[in-house]
Amino acid sequence: MSILTSENKRPTKRSAGRPLPELIFGDLWEFDPAPETADPKLKPRYDLFIGGRFVAPVSGKYFDSINPANETKLAEIAQANAADVDAAYAAAQKGFAVWSKLPGKERAKYIYRLARLLQDRAREFAVAETMDGGKPIKESRDFDVPMAAAHFFYHAGWADKLEYVAPGRKVAPLGVVGQVIPWNFPLLMMAWKLAPALAMGNTIVIKPAETTSVTALKFAEIVQDAGFPAGVVNIVTGFGDTGAAVLNHPAAVKVAFTGSTEVGKIIMRSLAGTDKKMTMELGGKAANIVFDDAPLDQAVEGIVNGIFFNQGHVCCAGSRLLVHEPVAAAVLAKLKTRIRTLRVGDPLDKNTDIGAINSREQLTRIEKLVASGVKEGADMFQPACKLPTKGYYFRPTVFSGVSMSHRIAREEIFGPVLSVLTFRTLDEAVEKANNTAYGLSAGVWTDKGSRILKMSTELKAGVVWANTYNKFDPTSPFGGYKESGFGREGGRQGLLDYCKLV
Amino acid sequence: MRLPITKTPKPYVGGAFIRSESGRTFPLKDAAGNFFAHIPQCTRKDLRNAVEAAAKAGPGWAKRTAYNRGQILYRLGEMVEARRTELIDTLVRFGATKSAAAKEVDACSDRLVYYAGWTDKYEQVLGNVNPVASSHFNFTVTEPMGVIGVIAPDAPALLGLVSLIAPVIASGNTVVAEVSETNPYPAILLGEMLATSDLPGGVVNLLTGFRKELVPTFATHTHLRGISAAVGEADRKTLRLGAAESVKRVHFAGEATDWFSAKAQDLYAIRDFVEFKTTWHPVGA
Repeated sequence: MSILTSENKRPTKRSAGRPLPELIFGDLWEFDPAPETADPKLKPRYDLFIGGRFVAPVSGKYFDSINPANETKLAEIAQANAADVDAAYAAAQKGFAVWSKLPGKERAKYIYRLARLLQDRAREFAVAETMDGGKPIKESRDFDVPMAAAHFFYHAGWADKLEYVAPGRKVAPLGVVGQVIPWNFPLLMMAWKLAPALAMGNTIVIKPAETTSVTALKFAEIVQDAGFPAGVVNIVTGFGDTGAAVLNHPAAVKVAFTGSTEVGKIIMRSLAGTDKKMTMELGGKAANIVFDDAPLDQAVEGIVNGIFFNQGHVCCAGSRLLVHEPVAAAVLAKLKTRIRTLRVGDPLDKNTDIGAINSREQLTRIEKLVASGVKEGADMFQPACKLPTKGYYFRPTVFSGVSMSHRIAREEIFGPVLSVLTFRTLDEAVEKANNTAYGLSAGVWTDKGSRILKMSTELKAGVVWANTYNKFDPTSPFGGYKESGFGREGGRQGLLDYCKLV
Repeated sequence: MRLPITKTPKPYVGGAFIRSESGRTFPLKDAAGNFFAHIPQCTRKDLRNAVEAAAKAGPGWAKRTAYNRGQILYRLGEMVEARRTELIDTLVRFGATKSAAAKEVDACSDRLVYYAGWTDKYEQVLGNVNPVASSHFNFTVTEPMGVIGVIAPDAPALLGLVSLIAPVIASGNTVVAEVSETNPYPAILLGEMLATSDLPGGVVNLLTGFRKELVPTFATHTHLRGISAAVGEADRKTLRLGAAESVKRVHFAGEATDWFSAKAQDLYAIRDFVEFKTTWHPVGA
């Protein structure tokens, strides 16, 4: 980032006839492979984690977890049925009797241990995360794992300071919480769910996504190593039916779900007749808005990070780029140039920018939506990069000439696909940005501080990034407006969703 | 003997006193069983019109300063206090004892003053700056959600309605409320006080009518961003099912709610109908 900033300040005037040479390294040299070789220490088979022990599923069934980068089998994962989920809740209820009675400062120390033990094994977890989910190693190593540890560290300190969470009221834990998490940030989403729930004194039954259960079960080893009382954290793995059993279980007093808006609505309907508390972190179709006074090179980096981070498998991805008309051509040209340098391929390679699409199913969904964009008349740009022959990959894709009615401008694609729209006035940008059922996040690029605050006030989104994108922090609450869900994760606000006021 | 002039009760919607678009009414008897008046039996179309009025009033109300919203809520408290005798007489006419009626009316004006005081303070308690590990000024503030549907309890008809509306509008939301089905007249009077309290038209819209007719539309209307309701189990399920269609925020007042207790007025009732927005503002030259 600093290099780019200094580039901005470089005098742009050059003598006529001597244009700046374009350096597209990707076209000139082949990079040697630079694979991360740390041992992910995977077991061939993972059982359920219930009552502090690994136990075989009642059905005896296991399913394969596939490495999406090369379609090879990574491990076998236990398939939990309703009986297993029952057992998990029974363990969690027993665990609640112990955990909720512990003094906050003792709970804090357990949670601090999770942070530390995860930091100790950070590289191992990063490799496992990349092999399981397909994300570039530089992301799992520099973002997912350290951020997960940071979430535990932050929330640990709350456990003995809960009287400061809700001024004027006393707080109490809810009981057993059922949680279902997605496949895009498997370990990090688990940390987001576990850390506040644990700090508050709740116990947990959590189900990771079926394509990405490995790091959750590796994390169970950390829960054991940290010496947690039995039943405080219970992990059940399986498919949608397992998730439904977790969320609909009568012993769950609260459910927390992160995933698509479509599934979120199904869950809300299925819980309609109950008194369960809910938090929902659902889909998004965020606008990333670039004004003509923005530092354009920095903005282009932000646009790239906004949509291609984690192959675009990000609920808050900046999938709609809104560019101020005076700079639209310049931004699009710079963007295409930048995208030509992105390296798509082996997620374990330290040079890889865009890794593997998480599953064949997701790849199909992306392909369908991209085809609809072409059919509806938008202009598609994809760089001519080579893709590996095995595994699930998709080229970074930019659509220009997109109108608000196009499916690619309305539906969450959850892939490396950017739709570019333009605007003339601030009001038009606001209207276009807000013209969606979603409201998770937004980005604003401008040199003007007052405009940042104006835009932040007008945008109907839970998180607004100014001159940056896809930034996260345990202290910073995350969550959506409208159909992007309700409740917050992180910060003081997130804690309140895991307690009752007494 | 002079024949008294009876009032035609009309609910307050969009800053005006309306009849139902359907022309329907239902007869209301007082506690003694005597005919009192015809009450408009509002339809789902009336509800949709009210939502439109509330949506129109929303941005202006939300942009009022917190100080101004506080003064207007306080003024509403003044209006209730000024018409204390009339309100007490009304509650008595519909079945309350004199002392219970006085207690309820006093609790209403006190409650309005309570929330008037919160308008310029809740942000300071609910929001905060977040010490993120990067060069950003990161802060979390609240914003009103938009149009909120309120379904008031049958009893206490006036205090229940006021207790559900006040925290919702305190933060800049606007409201479409269905008032008590069995005891609607106090809400008709409240409408007259709303009209004289400097509250912009459309900020609070009151509908009279039948629960079973209006609850399904409250549940599914996508422009209602939240629901605050004091209803029984069956209506709760209807509301939650409908809420799923547009991921609406739903909060229910427990059936055991003691509307007179200090717990029935709370900062966290305001919090239930705000959204938290977190902004990452760069720090640097």
